[in-house]
Amino acid sequence: MSSNPGRPRFDAVDFAAQYAAFIFLILLVIGFAILQPNFLNPFNLLNVLRQVSISGLIAIGMTFVILTAGIDLSVGSLVALCGLAGAYVAKGGLDSRFAIGAAEQAGNPVWMATGVAILVGMGAGAVQGLAITRLRVPPFVVTLGGLSAWRGAALLLSDGGPISGFTPDYTWWGQGRIWTIPVPVILFAVAAILAHVVLRYTRFGLHVYAVGGNAAAATLNTVSTRRIVFSVYVIVGFFCGLAAFILSARLNSAEAVAGLGLELDVIAAVVIGGTSLFGGVGTIFGTVSGALLIGVLRNGLVLLNVSSFVQQIVIGVILVLAVAVDQAAMSRKGR
Amino acid sequence: MTPLLELSGITKHFGAIEALAGVDITLGHGEIVGLMGDNGAGKSTLVKIVAGNFAPSAGDMRLGGRPVRFGSPLDAREAGVEVVYQDLALCDNLSASLNIFLGRELTRGIGPLRFLDRRAMAARARELFAELKTNTVPGDLVKSMSGGQRQAVAIARTRLAEPKIVLMDEPTAAISVRQVAEVLELIRTLSRAGHTVVLISHRMPDVFSICDRVIVLRRGTKVADKPVSATSPEEVTGLITGAIEAA
Repeated sequence: MSSNPGRPRFDAVDFAAQYAAFIFLILLVIGFAILQPNFLNPFNLLNVLRQVSISGLIAIGMTFVILTAGIDLSVGSLVALCGLAGAYVAKGGLDSRFAIGAAEQAGNPVWMATGVAILVGMGAGAVQGLAITRLRVPPFVVTLGGLSAWRGAALLLSDGGPISGFTPDYTWWGQGRIWTIPVPVILFAVAAILAHVVLRYTRFGLHVYAVGGNAAAATLNTVSTRRIVFSVYVIVGFFCGLAAFILSARLNSAEAVAGLGLELDVIAAVVIGGTSLFGGVGTIFGTVSGALLIGVLRNGLVLLNVSSFVQQIVIGVILVLAVAVDQAAMSRKGR
Repeated sequence: MTPLLELSGITKHFGAIEALAGVDITLGHGEIVGLMGDNGAGKSTLVKIVAGNFAPSAGDMRLGGRPVRFGSPLDAREAGVEVVYQDLALCDNLSASLNIFLGRELTRGIGPLRFLDRRAMAARARELFAELKTNTVPGDLVKSMSGGQRQAVAIARTRLAEPKIVLMDEPTAAISVRQVAEVLELIRTLSRAGHTVVLISHRMPDVFSICDRVIVLRRGTKVADKPVSATSPEEVTGLITGAIEAA
């Protein structure tokens, strides 16, 4: 029983589970660069980053949720609701929903639209968090309900149609650039760094891992499991609101069908990034790698003229392989 | 001198099941008390009540003469009650030092902006492990540890505060013979420093080698409470099984 003082033992399966996405991402980038030189064009790369940043932002929030061994299936629907709520505020109601010129609009300032989109997201997250912690309904069921309910609320709010045509200071958040970097990419990067710091360096972050690792033990050690679980659903709601606002700004339109199927991309990014669905293991670095991996794969396959149907199959297969690695790591843990 | 902890008429129902039926126990300062009983006798329930995990259905608790009511493990911990749980209550995915400090992490920073001080926690954990004479490494993940090392993490955790009472639920059940002696020695050290230790155990030799007093529970009631010097392993075994009604 001699241990190796000071040096954590190297564990190949754990290592693979943690860094597989990043390693695979690098290999993909190299592969696409060889097969299709246009891939490395800076405009293309920035485009990939911009496309990734919407689902990537939500994936950051989803990482918190999955670290507690939870899940949020409602994010796609919530994006539709938050985007419409923000757009509704920006346009001052449905009457001017298609108005384009600033003169025709009886709208509100952009910060108010952003704030409402984010507050609606956090509010919806709080409702789901309360249902999970107080009513003890499993997260899968609560957020499956949310998947249906938030989409319904979005349709009600918008009367089924889009709200489009925003002022330039609104669309800047989705279409603008600082130097050459698209604004959504900058927001994604800042959010990723902040989330990394919170998870790695704060008590709250440690408690998220503890709850996911062993909720009963965390409770016995005076960690408020309820508060932590509630918080992570509010956090993912925050990111849904922010992402919804950016998406509507990029498309210059918010609609009730926005974000259809987005939950799949988001959960895939987190899980491919090495976060365990059993909770307690995972990093923001992994999630960002997972989100980039999906984006690069889509983009590269498009450039190589591979059918979009095939892309879906490829992403599905990678998702299952990622969970297989996770399972292998888990079963060894339960010696 | 007022006793450290007085429990009177402690009762606990789980639905129709009566886990504890009016138990009275008094603990003095620096005592080591063995709490024995068969599975289902109510030992763990009693521990969880003192540790603040359950509220008793009826009965009173006094700590240092003052009535206390623990609404949560945090209340109990703040009052000076520390517990080593049978399943150790460790998070496999965290390092030894983070497990020790879980719930009372050391932080540094300015004002409300506070960050985990991992280095300070690892340093303190290393000291605690040195006291325990264990080869546990603060930075290792608990999932990669042996039973004895895991036990050391759980015991080191109670040493973090200066507890009045340390409740130990079967601390020697899952570790090697050599480490049993170490754990027992640690319990003596705790007692010499003035801490009261309640040792819940199935192992007769452990109880008879270090305890001052032994309390036997059977089906939720106290059937014996006497100095170890006034009883014998045979009598205690009889009390646990019910061969001897009470003593």
